[in-house]
Amino acid sequence: MAALTIAVGTGNWFSALALGVTLLKCLLIPTYHSTDFEVHRNWLAITHSLPISQWYYEATSEWTLDYPPFFAWFEYILSHVAKYFDQEMLNVHNLNYSSSRTLLFQRFSVIFTDILFVYAVHECCKCIGGKKVGKELTEKPKFILSVLLLWNFGLLIVDHIHFQYNGFLFGLMLLSIARLFQKRHIEGAFLFAVLLHFKHIYLYVAPAYGVYLLRSYCFTANKPDGSIRWNSFSSVRVISLGLVVFLVSALSLGPFLALNQLPQVFSRLFPFKRGLCHAYWAPNFWALYNALDKVLSVIGLKLKFLDPNKIPKASMTSGLVQQFQHTVLPSVTPLATLICTLIAILPSIFCLWFKPQGPRGFLRCLILCALSSFMFGWHVHEKAILLAILPMSLLSVGKAGDASVFLILTTTGHYSLFPLLFTAPELPIKILLMLLFTIYSISSLKTLFRKEKPLFNWVETFYLLGLGPLEVGCEFVFPLTSWKLKYPFIPLLLTSVYCAVGITYAWFKLYVSVLIDPPVDKTKKQ
Amino acid sequence: MEKWYLMTIVVLIGLTVRWTVSLNSYSGAGKPPMFGDYEAQRHWQEITFNLPVKQWYFNSSDNNLQYWGLDYPPLTAYHSLLCAYMAKFINPDWIALHTSRGYESQAHKLFMRSTVLIADLLIYIPAVVLYCCCLKEISTKKKIANALCILLYPGLILIDYGHFQNIYNSVSLGFALWGILGVSCDWDLLGSLAFCLAVNYKQMELYHSLPFFCFLLGKCFKKGLKGKGFVLLVKLACTVVASFILCWLPFFTEREQTLQVLRRLFPVDRGLFEDKVANIWCSFNVLLKIKDILPRHIQLIMSFCFTFLSLLPACIKLTLQPSSKGFKFTLVSCALSFFLFSFQVHEKSILLVSLPVCLILSDIPFMSTWFLLVSTFSMLPLLLKDELLMPSVVTTMAFFIACVTSFTIFEKTSEEELQLKSFSISVRKYLPCFTFLSRIIQYLFLISVITMVLLTLMTVTLNPPQKLPDLFSVLVCFVSCLNFLFFLVYFNIIIMWDSKNRRNQKKIS
Repeated sequence: MAALTIAVGTGNWFSALALGVTLLKCLLIPTYHSTDFEVHRNWLAITHSLPISQWYYEATSEWTLDYPPFFAWFEYILSHVAKYFDQEMLNVHNLNYSSSRTLLFQRFSVIFTDILFVYAVHECCKCIGGKKVGKELTEKPKFILSVLLLWNFGLLIVDHIHFQYNGFLFGLMLLSIARLFQKRHIEGAFLFAVLLHFKHIYLYVAPAYGVYLLRSYCFTANKPDGSIRWNSFSSVRVISLGLVVFLVSALSLGPFLALNQLPQVFSRLFPFKRGLCHAYWAPNFWALYNALDKVLSVIGLKLKFLDPNKIPKASMTSGLVQQFQHTVLPSVTPLATLICTLIAILPSIFCLWFKPQGPRGFLRCLILCALSSFMFGWHVHEKAILLAILPMSLLSVGKAGDASVFLILTTTGHYSLFPLLFTAPELPIKILLMLLFTIYSISSLKTLFRKEKPLFNWVETFYLLGLGPLEVGCEFVFPLTSWKLKYPFIPLLLTSVYCAVGITYAWFKLYVSVLIDPPVDKTKKQ
Repeated sequence: MEKWYLMTIVVLIGLTVRWTVSLNSYSGAGKPPMFGDYEAQRHWQEITFNLPVKQWYFNSSDNNLQYWGLDYPPLTAYHSLLCAYMAKFINPDWIALHTSRGYESQAHKLFMRSTVLIADLLIYIPAVVLYCCCLKEISTKKKIANALCILLYPGLILIDYGHFQNIYNSVSLGFALWGILGVSCDWDLLGSLAFCLAVNYKQMELYHSLPFFCFLLGKCFKKGLKGKGFVLLVKLACTVVASFILCWLPFFTEREQTLQVLRRLFPVDRGLFEDKVANIWCSFNVLLKIKDILPRHIQLIMSFCFTFLSLLPACIKLTLQPSSKGFKFTLVSCALSFFLFSFQVHEKSILLVSLPVCLILSDIPFMSTWFLLVSTFSMLPLLLKDELLMPSVVTTMAFFIACVTSFTIFEKTSEEELQLKSFSISVRKYLPCFTFLSRIIQYLFLISVITMVLLTLMTVTLNPPQKLPDLFSVLVCFVSCLNFLFFLVYFNIIIMWDSKNRRNQKKIS
């Protein structure tokens, strides 16, 4: 309490923001939590009560351990605190156990580990110089950036309502980005390697890291025209980078290699048995593809091009089966999605290699990697959009064009998270928090860039405003109509397709700006 | 004026906090046979919907007054009726006569909580926003910060959204705030209308009535009782009478009706105080059992005399020198006097003092914040009973942080900023070494906060000794009462020395 008073008493706005959001998180403790809560409780139990050799084999619960080893160790450490709260939650056979103490412990563990995220945001704010306008505190880019990151709607609902540990993971990622901005490359690479062994979804952005470090760190000099000078290759730097990554991987995977369990670990980490889309379609290219398929099949049936008997029944009655059967368009295989993703990533990687623009260029490439994988990946979760939204916040305070992309991406991306929370008591919370974040981000960035051309053209404004009626229609009007029983999937389908349009547009716009923009940092340096 | 989006943000934060607190438990959840205030509110919906107006306040086979009988003025009953119509539309079981007693479900809780949120959104929050916009002599940023602090005041949030007060405080306080706003902006008729609505919603609003009366009377005097002042006075009187008649219309048909409602509103036979209240009588009761020793009518007279004497000076001052600043301070001191000395006070009545204190947050941030912290603390036993420890601690800390960052309260402890300059100058005339006032106040603040934190920790962690099961709640009340007494003295000093200060300024100019 005393420390708190001192921290705030000095007029430090950053700690006030961080404490404020922490208190909000505490208020969210009694809200609904998803099955992920049980997933993490089960992992606590597995790591606590079983030997390492059993971790990736244990299958009493359907929620088996499918994160890399560091996360398992993280749960192991947590479990040693958990035993002081409630011993029972550490029993593998205690399925769906959630006493009030368990709830309190798990919720607080998320809130507590978010300290790393807060620190990372602090570091990011130090190294990101944005556009400078007024002297007013609320108009400073640093202030705006820290609100955008700390009070991020997506993180709040995914971590503190739905229940996951994304906060500290994104903390690691932001911290490693900040280190790269501060030219502490080895540290950045180390943090990212650690992050990869916490949660492998970050592999999506690994190409950006690899190419950037190789191009801008291992090659120490450029030719005057900006192209690569091959003889400036520094083998010491490559070796040290390689060593760092190798050591981290050895620490993580070594024990399982020794136990000869590596294939089992990998089969748990990459389950390709799941469908192309999650139960609720993440708003990406495949959502549009599926929707197009549905529309075509309906038209085909109407015009009698298709034979109704040949169409698989499931695809017509519900859009919510895991294995989606395409009726008109060709079905999609994992390999196809992999190729699409690689093709989508390639131009940005080329851009990073041939047109290096320092850390800022790296950040753009990283966002494009994350977005492209989100657009074309296999079995993408809607939550993965945070992987693009959070780094994009760093860019948004720098340039009006980026701010505009950011706002479209964030608003639609956040809206697409709405189906995560479907219970009635959480409905006002998600709407209020969404409004809070959206109104703040749009107004503050508009104020920041008020001297430049407006952030949105009329189509974009119209599209964003359309989210309001969509929400009203899906969650207030639709349940009252008779379609509720006949076509229960319509709200999700509409949400998914509507958001997919926005996200695709934002992805496209960002890509164009990256490919077309002249190198900026160069001119600044001169 | 580009910063108005921040006001939207502030309102949204207020709403978010309110709704998240409402996810917690409410008073009397799953505690038959009487349940709690939540059940009272539901029961009133049942009564008002199913019985004719004439039977609302009377005991009958359908309306057992012992089981949460209506004991608030007609507007509350009408509001319940309105909610009952909504409930009927959603699920008629919620308000079925007799069978719905003790009805509890997740959906019903959601419904009740949303009625509070809607009432708050329609009445209290707009009043707060408008009040902060109308503040003079401070920057837009400060106005917004002020709104944030007022909307985050934990006492009101916890009682309305956590405990579920059997009467929506946000409505009565909201109307009172509209009244204050109207009267201080010189829309006297609208102001008095709003205040009449407040009184007709909850009779405790009478705590605020004297300052309203004195301020308006003072205004009339100022304009000259023979000219414009008289016209204003007549207009005001007409407004008040008309609004009262309008609210009470169904009960004026028979004499017995009116009397019965009045008997229900002022239950003299319920004793000097109930439960544990942080006022003088309850604290004094620890030393001497006045409640049992003295006969009831003497208690009544005694409490009346004390109340009257303690608020007299401030009221006279306000009548003679009406100013909107003096009005706000008098509201504080009058409500505080009522809370400390009057008959049959509830612990929740401290909210009636907190509202005007919220309004002077920008004038004396340090003392107001301190008072608001103490007021929340004084309701601790109640909040603990409802299992609201977590939201209480969190919202209190949030409020404290909001106040500290938006007003930098710790830098505002000089005599000047505490508005004690003129007081200490006049004391120094007799006692030249009287220069340590602001330091004393800082120490008192520290001691008070430390005591509150320690007592909270003790209440939560320790079991009271078996002989004294109420030890901690009595201690909480006693400590809060001491604080409140100090505040009463402080606010009275400010009011009494305020005019002198102005006279001095005039002399200088």
